[in-house]
Amino acid sequence: MIIPKLAVRNMIGAGAKTWLNAVVLSWAFVVIIGVQGLYLGFDEEVSRTMIAAEYGGGQYWVNGYDPYDPFSIADAHAAVPAALLSRTEAGRAAPVLIVQGTLYPQGRVFPALLKGVDPLQKLLDLPAGVLKPVDHEVPALIGERMAGASGLKKGDVVTVRWRDAKGTFDARDIQIAGLMSTTAASIDEGQVWLPLETLREMAAMPGQATLVVTAKDEGLAPAVAGWTFKDLGFLLKDIKALVKGKTVGASILYAFLIFLAMLAVFNTQLLSIWKRRKEIGMMMALGVTRGRVIGLFTFEGWLNAVFAALAGALYGIPLLGYLAAHGFSFSKKVSDSFGFAISEKLYPLYSMALVFGTTALVFLITAVVSYLPTRKIAKLKPTDALRGRMS
Amino acid sequence: MTTSNGIIIRSTHLTKIYPMGEQSITALDDVNLAFGRGEFAGLVGPSGSGKTTLLNILGSLDAPTSGSAEVMGLKVEALGHKQAAELRNRHIGFIFQTFNLLPVYTVYENVEFPLLLLGMAPAARKKAIMDALDWVHLTERAKSRPAQLSGGQSQRVAIARAVVKKPELVLADEPTANLDAENSHHILHTMEDINRDLGTTFLFSTHDDKVIKHLRRKITLVDGRVAGDEAIAGR
Repeated sequence: MIIPKLAVRNMIGAGAKTWLNAVVLSWAFVVIIGVQGLYLGFDEEVSRTMIAAEYGGGQYWVNGYDPYDPFSIADAHAAVPAALLSRTEAGRAAPVLIVQGTLYPQGRVFPALLKGVDPLQKLLDLPAGVLKPVDHEVPALIGERMAGASGLKKGDVVTVRWRDAKGTFDARDIQIAGLMSTTAASIDEGQVWLPLETLREMAAMPGQATLVVTAKDEGLAPAVAGWTFKDLGFLLKDIKALVKGKTVGASILYAFLIFLAMLAVFNTQLLSIWKRRKEIGMMMALGVTRGRVIGLFTFEGWLNAVFAALAGALYGIPLLGYLAAHGFSFSKKVSDSFGFAISEKLYPLYSMALVFGTTALVFLITAVVSYLPTRKIAKLKPTDALRGRMS
Repeated sequence: MTTSNGIIIRSTHLTKIYPMGEQSITALDDVNLAFGRGEFAGLVGPSGSGKTTLLNILGSLDAPTSGSAEVMGLKVEALGHKQAAELRNRHIGFIFQTFNLLPVYTVYENVEFPLLLLGMAPAARKKAIMDALDWVHLTERAKSRPAQLSGGQSQRVAIARAVVKKPELVLADEPTANLDAENSHHILHTMEDINRDLGTTFLFSTHDDKVIKHLRRKITLVDGRVAGDEAIAGR
């Protein structure tokens, strides 16, 4: 236990130098944990939003349906099978019918996906209640992004054209019954939500759907002939990859911060060994082995990380705690620019794994960086060290 | 760890040669000496005569090129790094011209250092430190740092650090070179007292007349060879 005791004594005795290093390294700690927490918050927020707005507990897709292939949509419809129908009736599933259509707002041509959903469903977090028919017009629900792009507003009547199951083109007027504000662009941009039964009738697809969203806590997903279950791991895969892609950029920042902090530690170690070579010689004369001198200097260097963790905790916990509680505010424009669904207020997430993982990583790197310069000591002769030479 | 006749240091045909490029410098040339327990002896001679080299080898800080140096029954040339460190830690105290105090430690902590290495219990450690500081009359400066001390006080701390573990041997390399006459006098008296009270062997390297006056045995080195070895009567 003598090495830690002497190292702590030396570091505290070194005064301002120790604390300057600690402060520099603590910035790296706090920024890394802060930014990592932000991305964890992104990930959590995006997943939560997408599950609530679109994915539920997973989706059954009719075979052949591929959301990334517009040509697959025309044929991607089938009667909801009995197994899923019973779950729908119990409120544990929500069928969605998707038909390719075209809007003609103010004479312009505007391609859109027509999505039919039961106005009474409670599974998806969208205001489907506005789709209950109240007069002779077909009620439609669109998102604010769609409204912005198409120039439509609540109460507007717009002509929509589609091709039914038999390949016949048809057209009809729909009325914008509501605008929804959602962070999930994937249920907003280029989409028009219609009452499920109305769309089925328009497309001549009675009792049919393209996909069936299951309830979030619906554990089992039994196989259904003609349909494929897509779990959340699959549905969120692209979004997770997108978030991960964003974190790569942040990783460069971490690497740079760690590099700067480690440069400071490395430099301090080199200077310290050079400046204290007589001291090293004296320690050897007093009976300290080279191994213990190396251990002492390495431990001293490593203590930079420990002191940095303490200094970082001092201002980092209140700062990051405040941000976690109150969140970061973004304008809609900025939040849309991320490329995935985040709310205008993002709450960072600081998990124990993140904090302790980052701390352990910095501790490990600091230990290695602290050790490297001390290898000089292994070659140092006590007589040279006492004279202030490096052998 | 003395031999049966009380000898704690013996050098036999001790030679040290330093290579200097294609040439070499013979720092010690066939040195044969023996020192018994409780001696107060000095290596004297001009600069470059090999005094410090001999002290370094006897202190297991360096190894001879040939010949043998036996300290506390251990052959220095045969010791590995760890064994040499162990020998220094347990049996030898060092005093240097430039004091070599650890600058960030207090006086108390500097004196404590060798005892920490020995793993001494806290209570015994504290008593040993206070005793050592008492011998050198620095009890009241225990909390001071080296930068706050005069040269004489610093050397007294170095003496306390050298003797706190009550070693059999103290090697002092020009201990008064940086001190004025009065401080040198105090220091030498302190070392004489410790030599007398604890039976510690003191071996100096010096060319300071003030030190030479206190020696009981004077070994003169010239060009790395023993040119004289005399006991000084009346001391």
